[in-house]
Amino acid sequence: MKHVRIGPNRRQLLQMGAAVGGSLVAGREALTLAATPRSLGEPVGPYGERSPFETAVRWRRQSQTSETGASFTPIQDSVGILTPSALHYERHHAGIPPIDPATHRVIIHGMVDRPLSLSMDDLRRLPSVTRILALECGGNSGGEWRAGGGADVQRSHGLLSGSEWTGVPLSLLLAEVGVRSDASWVIAEGGDACRMMRSIPLAKAMEDSLLAYGQNGEAMRPAQGYPLRLLNPGWEGNTSVKWLRSLKVTDQPYMARDETSKYSDLMADGTTRIFTYAMEAKSVITFPSGGQTLPAPGLCELTGLAWSGLGRIERVEVTTDGGRTWVDAELQEPRLPQALTRFRLPWRFDGQDARIASRAVDSTGYVQPTRQALIAVRGMNSIYHYNGIKVWHVRADGSVTNAEA
Amino acid sequence: MLKPSGRTAGVIVVAVAAVFATLSAQSSRFPVGRPPTPEETRELGSAIAPDGTGLPEGSGTVGAGRELFAAQCARCHGPAGEGDIGARLVGGQGTLATPRPLKTVGSFWPYATTLWDYVNRAMPFDRPGLLEPSEVYAAVAYVLNLNGIIDENHLIDAKSLPNVKMPNRDGFLADPRPDVR
Repeated sequence: MKHVRIGPNRRQLLQMGAAVGGSLVAGREALTLAATPRSLGEPVGPYGERSPFETAVRWRRQSQTSETGASFTPIQDSVGILTPSALHYERHHAGIPPIDPATHRVIIHGMVDRPLSLSMDDLRRLPSVTRILALECGGNSGGEWRAGGGADVQRSHGLLSGSEWTGVPLSLLLAEVGVRSDASWVIAEGGDACRMMRSIPLAKAMEDSLLAYGQNGEAMRPAQGYPLRLLNPGWEGNTSVKWLRSLKVTDQPYMARDETSKYSDLMADGTTRIFTYAMEAKSVITFPSGGQTLPAPGLCELTGLAWSGLGRIERVEVTTDGGRTWVDAELQEPRLPQALTRFRLPWRFDGQDARIASRAVDSTGYVQPTRQALIAVRGMNSIYHYNGIKVWHVRADGSVTNAEA
Repeated sequence: MLKPSGRTAGVIVVAVAAVFATLSAQSSRFPVGRPPTPEETRELGSAIAPDGTGLPEGSGTVGAGRELFAAQCARCHGPAGEGDIGARLVGGQGTLATPRPLKTVGSFWPYATTLWDYVNRAMPFDRPGLLEPSEVYAAVAYVLNLNGIIDENHLIDAKSLPNVKMPNRDGFLADPRPDVR
């Protein structure tokens, strides 16, 4: 779909336009030009920082201790499909361990013919692969199950980030150690203070799991598992065990605390779904979204993110009339499986009350459900794996709020 | 059933061994790393299976656990496991199908081995690894007793722990998704 772009600094323009009291079009004329430089700028430096004018930061949810907390990516400020490593969401269960890569080792043992202990140097000598992938916490949007939910998209959907990950395919290492024919699971353990543990089916480990050490062109950040993490594409973030130290091949899942007591989905009838790994297709409009304000009626580019742990995003439909009609948004390339996909749609805000939402369809044919449809099947106690359609309420004055509140 | 003669069996063994040696040589395409040391295997992987695989020697009583809990656990979990800055550990049985489910060790956790594994790997929260195996057994015994799952005289060790039947043991089902259309 062909349409007009307002420009890369759309939101700044909107805000500036509002500041000088003009409309989108008239406001541009009032902008003051930056002065032509009359002195030298900053010198070259060893490691770059963003402009001091850029202020997007993660939002930290209140928690009993800062070590068990979570911080949320400001996806309302993101462009493209990648998240800066410094803004990648965090979910730690016992703090970030300080690990010297020179002493870090990962062992692969259990039901294997040739157990292995590998240093980081060993891993970097092995053939690597690089993939752009979304990573989403199993509990992302968990507050949406019950009426209310996040007031803005960072709080409602910010346990979501996109990165380029580089590492060694786990299948390569499993071939090296020689997995016994009666094995069926891999138990992953991390090196944080709670030694995070998850059971991973051997089929997934053989399919596409990575032992990742690189993120966005450099070593991954300590908060993301430095120097080594498991990465299970498309699966809830917790399974991608950070600070990875041990992979034990077994013939049974180990029923870890974080796959039984946590990261399991309680249904309304009191039964609980276990090993619900995949993150199903989901999307959300990031502009305009809760907490933002459209300064005046006029054209704006509506945009957002869509992703599916089960494949590629094939279609995103958008409604601006509360679900009566839906139109296809443009899917921005690249459109990679299990990665964030950006969608865009030109929209003329006419100064009338509007309810806007997006609906993703992935390559399996799965259609993102409404909140009501999710609750009808799963109840409201599930906590994890919420992927319902998110509705924003654009009011006549241009302010945007959570329509469910 | 026909049995191979001693000589035939010997030939088969040698042939099979030769095939395996060839396979081993072929399958190590990337000769990096080395076998883990016993210390690495012990330190880096400490996972306990629901059938008890991996549980060490040692044992604990409810009484010993009561004392240990007061000293090491109560400051976060409350004197009787009622929860504070740390998770609530008792109660909630019968609430899972209600609008306000209370998920505790007693009402929700399907395996007692998980409690041993988690206390051993992650508790006390700010001093993980502090407890000796027998202290972990004792803490587990006390929390199970608080929930009415074992009685005061029940000794918990590597043999008895996997046999403890948790109230919600049969409450977990496989993932049926896609389930919403």
